[in-house]
Amino acid sequence: MPILDVQNLRVRFETHHGVVRAVDGVSFSLEEGETLGLVGESGSGKSVTNLALMGLIPSPPGVVEADAMRFEDRDLLALSDEELRSVRGNEISMIFQDPMTSLNPLLTVGRQLTEVLEVHERVSRREARRRAAAGLADVGIPEPERRLDQYPHELSGGMRQRVMIAMGLLCRPKILLADEPTTALDVTIQAQILELMQKLQREYGTAIILVTHDLGVVAGMSDRVNVMYAGRLAETAGAVELFDDPRHPYTRGLLGSVPRLSGDTDADLDSIKGSPPDLADLPAGCAFRPRCTFETERCAAEPPPLFDLGGGRSSACLERDALGQPEGGAR
Amino acid sequence: MSAPLLEVHDLHKHFEVGSPGFFGGQQEILRAVDGVSFELGRGETLGLVGESGCGKSTCARTLVGLYPPTSGRVLYEGEEISSLSHRDRAPFRRKIQMIFQDPYASLDPRQTVSSILTEPLRIHRLARPRERRLRAMQLLDAVGLNPRHIHRFPHEFSGGQRQRIGIARALALEPDLIICDEPVSALDVSIQAQVVNLLGELQERFNLAYLFIAHDLAVVRHICDRVAVMYLGKVVEIAERDALFDDPRHPYTRALLSAVPHPDPRIERGRERIVLEGDVPSPLDPPTGCRFHPRCVERGKVTGDLCASVEPTLGSRSACHLEPDV
Repeated sequence: MPILDVQNLRVRFETHHGVVRAVDGVSFSLEEGETLGLVGESGSGKSVTNLALMGLIPSPPGVVEADAMRFEDRDLLALSDEELRSVRGNEISMIFQDPMTSLNPLLTVGRQLTEVLEVHERVSRREARRRAAAGLADVGIPEPERRLDQYPHELSGGMRQRVMIAMGLLCRPKILLADEPTTALDVTIQAQILELMQKLQREYGTAIILVTHDLGVVAGMSDRVNVMYAGRLAETAGAVELFDDPRHPYTRGLLGSVPRLSGDTDADLDSIKGSPPDLADLPAGCAFRPRCTFETERCAAEPPPLFDLGGGRSSACLERDALGQPEGGAR
Repeated sequence: MSAPLLEVHDLHKHFEVGSPGFFGGQQEILRAVDGVSFELGRGETLGLVGESGCGKSTCARTLVGLYPPTSGRVLYEGEEISSLSHRDRAPFRRKIQMIFQDPYASLDPRQTVSSILTEPLRIHRLARPRERRLRAMQLLDAVGLNPRHIHRFPHEFSGGQRQRIGIARALALEPDLIICDEPVSALDVSIQAQVVNLLGELQERFNLAYLFIAHDLAVVRHICDRVAVMYLGKVVEIAERDALFDDPRHPYTRALLSAVPHPDPRIERGRERIVLEGDVPSPLDPPTGCRFHPRCVERGKVTGDLCASVEPTLGSRSACHLEPDV
């Protein structure tokens, strides 16, 4: 049984420009200990999906609906605020892109870490402090005792991100939602943090949903990948299959757009024409249609459903068979 | 042979931080750029890479004259420009333009595109007033935007389109050199690819030289002819692109390249990374000797305490005591 099962998740925001459907009918499940990559560009709905899982969408203006949103045997949508609080940060926790804005600048690192434990596990101050220090040591922070008494601004960016991760893992959550956890970091620090996340996942069996726009990070971390476009799933597949043989024109365009460190580096990049659509004013039919090179007349009729391709793959493209043999499109 | 387009000799840019003020605070010297030299030819692209705080952006800003250099010389076609007065520098300012990272912050939200693109022409008294509008429309066309959108304001464009406006503005004065400071870092990948391709196309069309500052090494490999790697205010390695990427010599370059994730699960899962320990030290108090030595995984190969005591010089290729020709 999957640890998390989401069916037909919809998140909409009522704005002055009309209704924005940030997530529009997304279904997926997550197995224990696996990493699910969630990729897509700004506004594709990947972060909103995570926030909805955490019950962090402000309402109004946000409205969250789903046919099912099950965590183990609990229905996340039916939980009271109090019950949700005991899940959040404890069994499901989240780490954000920017540790500078998501850590409280007025509290010491130690206070922020021990608060998590005191709220969720009702341990003594002394015990909380001991575990907070152990948590910092776990994520490779030298002199953890001394760091506990420092404020976020006294730490470097990489250090702050480690503190965030330590905080996210303090209660040994079953699911970690990581929203662009390394985007603000330099590559050498990113390498340290990714390695650390993998190590902790192996040790504690945490399932991770990794939201990122960096296809290199996804390739290294994910077992499976969901590709999102304009609030819907465009494609879902095992990581290796997705990168080897993308079955949605958007995935293919995305892979062609990424510059590579090896191979033919002199050719033009296969960019995708145009820009992502305005969610308040989506084109009729498939939202990717105006930018797509495989577009046919029937694409304008209605948004294509997600077609099951077998082997755990699916693609929301009517022309998915035309993509079967990419002429070097995947490289 | 004629002089290269741009020569930079032993450029330093230090900032004084903290004030000696009332409470007797300490004045410290932040060595953002600490002895950088390179050349750039006409029509060539030199990549300047390194992590946050390595001094690459300060270096760029010093080159265009946004900061006065602490010491060192900048030569444009053999003529020294770093010591010129603001007024004498004007003709050179025309020839060296800049594109910034953030397309939201680098355009005035209250100016129309027309005003943004004709302003440089007005300031430098180029073209007659009525010709300026036409010129602005040509520029929009050159960067792939609709010339009829000339009366729109920046907020009416997407991020990628705004970056195109920034590029059009840089092109307005027909420069020889454009300094691109992280021009695609804020853009989504599909848009980033469009802008990278556009920069390549414009370079060919107008024979532009680029100094391309970026932290994304894959983008740099794609666009540059030569690459300089900076660490804590110094260039640690400089080489032709393929030589640098295929056979990196400095231990820092090697670590940097090995840290870049490849968008291919098969490569990503099998490979060994050189994971550096710790963070980049503060430029207020750089390590003695080789600035990279506290984090270097290869320092054990050098005998004695050479790495901690003697600063290696940048020879033909890499500033490392292990480099045979130094």
